[in-house]
Amino acid sequence: MDNAIKLHYNVDGEDFTLAGTTSATVKKYLKTLGLPPDVIRRTAIAMYEAEINMVIHADGGVIDVEITPEKIHIVLKDRGPGIPDVEKAMQEGYSTASNEIRELGFGAGMGLPNIKTCSDEMKVDTVIGEGTTMDLVINIK
Amino acid sequence: MKLSEVKELLNAEVYAGADRLDTEVCEACGSDLMSDVLAFVKDRALLLTGLQNLQVLRTAEMMDIEVVVFVRGKVPTQDIIDFAAAHKMVIMTTELPMYVSCGILYSNGLQSRRAGVRLG
Repeated sequence: MDNAIKLHYNVDGEDFTLAGTTSATVKKYLKTLGLPPDVIRRTAIAMYEAEINMVIHADGGVIDVEITPEKIHIVLKDRGPGIPDVEKAMQEGYSTASNEIRELGFGAGMGLPNIKTCSDEMKVDTVIGEGTTMDLVINIK
Repeated sequence: MKLSEVKELLNAEVYAGADRLDTEVCEACGSDLMSDVLAFVKDRALLLTGLQNLQVLRTAEMMDIEVVVFVRGKVPTQDIIDFAAAHKMVIMTTELPMYVSCGILYSNGLQSRRAGVRLG
């Protein structure tokens, strides 16, 4: 891990119009590293979906990104309500998002399945009333 | 298809990126659901949508979508125009509804090679 690049971000959960700015920043940074376009695209989509979830459901949180020559490791941690049924949340079409969020084009129940599709490893640790930590790995090679 | 042709076919008004109408697009997607755009669209497509907020542009940014066409005459707000200008995106508005807009572009050769195919 000697060559690891570590990035840390706080995600504001109060303003939905700002949701995704952290993912946009990371995407730009990954481009400067000259990583393969497919790796950048999958990282950007997975992280954006997860960041949107963080803002919609948990009033924000923190994101840590670690980049090594082999992989991109993203840890998103929130202090939201937790996910009562992770298996259900992983099903396409299942969502607990509000109508207000749906009107903005999200909350269709595609987020978690899409994160899984775009990442090589995905782990969700959730405790009701305490929060959720999502661990994502995108392999570079 | 060149964006200048898209503009002409949809009788659209350009609000950002008027200097980039020479850009070629190979496929398009019509959706009001950004979740679906993130799940199903190949990057560098043209996005037609009736939804108008900043997250549409942010979603486009994530997907490397450089062209957004607002249907049903939705005029973009200044924050959307500013975002598009800062990110070198092209923004157009057509009075036509979604179904008709998609039909016109499709029948003129702008098709979706990966319609319904999930990224992965």
